[in-house]
Amino acid sequence: MRSCSPILAVWLLLFAGSSAEAQTKSGPDSLVARGEYLARAGDCIACHTAPEGHTFAGGRAMPTPFGTLYSSNITPDRETGIGKWTAEDFYKAMHYGRFPDGGLMYPAMPFASYTKVTRADTEAIFAYLKSIPPVNQRNREHDLRFPYSNRQLILGWRTLYFSEGEFKPDPTKSAEWNRGAYLVEGLGHCGMCHSPINALGGTSQSDAFKGGLIPMQNWYAPSLTSNREAGLGDWSIKDISDLLQTGVSMRGVVYGPMAEVVHNSLQYLNDEDTRAMAVYLKGIAEGSSPPPASSVLPTSESSLLVSLGKTVYDKHCASCHGTQGEGKPPHWPPLANSQSIEMQSAVNPIRMVLNGGYPPGTKGNPMPYGMPPFAGLLSDNEIAAVVSYIRTAWGNRGTPVSAREANELRSAPLN
Amino acid sequence: MFARTIALAAAIATLTAFDGAVAQTTSQPPDTMAARVEACTPCHGNQGEGTSDVYFPRLAGKPAGYLYNQLLAFKNGRRKYPPMNYLLEFLPDPYLQQMADYFADQHPPLPPVAASDASKDVLQHGQSLVSRGDPQRQIPACGSCHGPALTGMEPGIPGLLGLRPNYISAQLGAWRYGTRTAKAPDCMQQVAARLTEDDVTAVAAWLASRPAPVNVAPAPKGTYVLPFACGSEPD
Repeated sequence: MRSCSPILAVWLLLFAGSSAEAQTKSGPDSLVARGEYLARAGDCIACHTAPEGHTFAGGRAMPTPFGTLYSSNITPDRETGIGKWTAEDFYKAMHYGRFPDGGLMYPAMPFASYTKVTRADTEAIFAYLKSIPPVNQRNREHDLRFPYSNRQLILGWRTLYFSEGEFKPDPTKSAEWNRGAYLVEGLGHCGMCHSPINALGGTSQSDAFKGGLIPMQNWYAPSLTSNREAGLGDWSIKDISDLLQTGVSMRGVVYGPMAEVVHNSLQYLNDEDTRAMAVYLKGIAEGSSPPPASSVLPTSESSLLVSLGKTVYDKHCASCHGTQGEGKPPHWPPLANSQSIEMQSAVNPIRMVLNGGYPPGTKGNPMPYGMPPFAGLLSDNEIAAVVSYIRTAWGNRGTPVSAREANELRSAPLN
Repeated sequence: MFARTIALAAAIATLTAFDGAVAQTTSQPPDTMAARVEACTPCHGNQGEGTSDVYFPRLAGKPAGYLYNQLLAFKNGRRKYPPMNYLLEFLPDPYLQQMADYFADQHPPLPPVAASDASKDVLQHGQSLVSRGDPQRQIPACGSCHGPALTGMEPGIPGLLGLRPNYISAQLGAWRYGTRTAKAPDCMQQVAARLTEDDVTAVAAWLASRPAPVNVAPAPKGTYVLPFACGSEPD
């Protein structure tokens, strides 16, 4: 993509001010361009390209609780890719999760979300994929444990968790809200992470966007509906849009697996679509916050932890995040009144202290500032103390965490 | 009059508070590379001079091309160390180049040489491999690529001084076991594959026992001819 950017720049110059016209043009080039844009929105590249591998040639290992899946080659190679597929075959894959021969796809392919994508958009993505260079690379066999290696089990999963059907706009909502809903629920497949995953690897409808621990990665994908997690009810549309498009905002920055989503996908969406997603995400936040959770730690232990935590904080954290947790946003995020810090699951704040991290480099923020990893500098007890402190100081309503929780996350996978 | 004074005072107080809030929210981190690479400092030191952890290397003053190759290798998973792979995964290549340039430009003094607990024989074996290699086993002298003064050569060959024995032997091990790889021909992989455990221990101990030369800067590109092709140092 990087090598294409001068061409893209010329294209943008030529079409500056006439993007609406470009979108409605019906020539094959504009169909391909629209397909490329939509493939970005669907983040196809994240799974279908292996590290240092050919774009869309597949082969990326995807560890799951059931074994390792390997993504498939979706370049137009006739022998090993989707070169022999028809537009109808591709629609069946996206909409029903079935191969051209009728075989069932594993739900690691987010067809439960992509089923909402319109036929026109699916055809544009197909036209784009047909236009990229074919790569002859055979798909690698999945490595699943018994009994998950039996594809018949997918039938059961589908009965429980898959309901086929294109997105139906809600006539009581604005066109912008509906566009945002279409992107978030469909191509964006946000629910794949931001919904609780049960032991069967599925998400039930009533739990959509309620948050959950991402299997194998041990990052917590916060609820998009609860204002105590990543619910965006009290965020401005600008802050939400900034977060999605640049990775940083005045309220917080993206990290962990969400950094990848912004890096590969969201930074490429135009202002209108970004805003539509922001409007929808703000709209689905629930009105009232549930009461703060109570701590599992005895009070005496908590107060000792918090007092040690302040010492650690003043020494290592305050120079960037401020003595009052105010930060220097957007680059050094605030910790006071931060949902990411306060939410019931302390997994993410503990991991940020242990592992540090950089927000993704994006067009809007090409040289991000990073958080140092403290795993080597701080003991389990100090990590627990400083996380307990930031979760309870400055009016934050989180709960203290134990040294054991900090210790367990030292071995969480980093990639 | 009193009421107006109160109102005015209140207005001023409000304005001041408002000013404070604005000043606070517009306060930004320094627009410098130093502030941007703070994430590197707990392990590599404030100026890339290294820390007390013997497995984390000095970065300061190494050739920018070498540092950039390593940053890219960590980003792409070619060099495997999960904490580094994780940090760099979503950073643009031009930004990695700037990070490399930044650390290449830092010149904190080399650390004092720590007393070696290696025996005289081991050090002698190390010295022999570093300065002469072992032609019979096709092991080149370290100095034939890393320079007679072992300070490296621009753009891609790092200096070997100021590193601790644990780091050096861990890296030679990483080449032998394939967790550290570089562009083909992967010359260090070829060399490391010919070393025994004892060779590695001896080379690491001898290198770490060397005092800093007067000029620690890497030699300019093309100062000497390499004994064989190396993907990290293109012609």
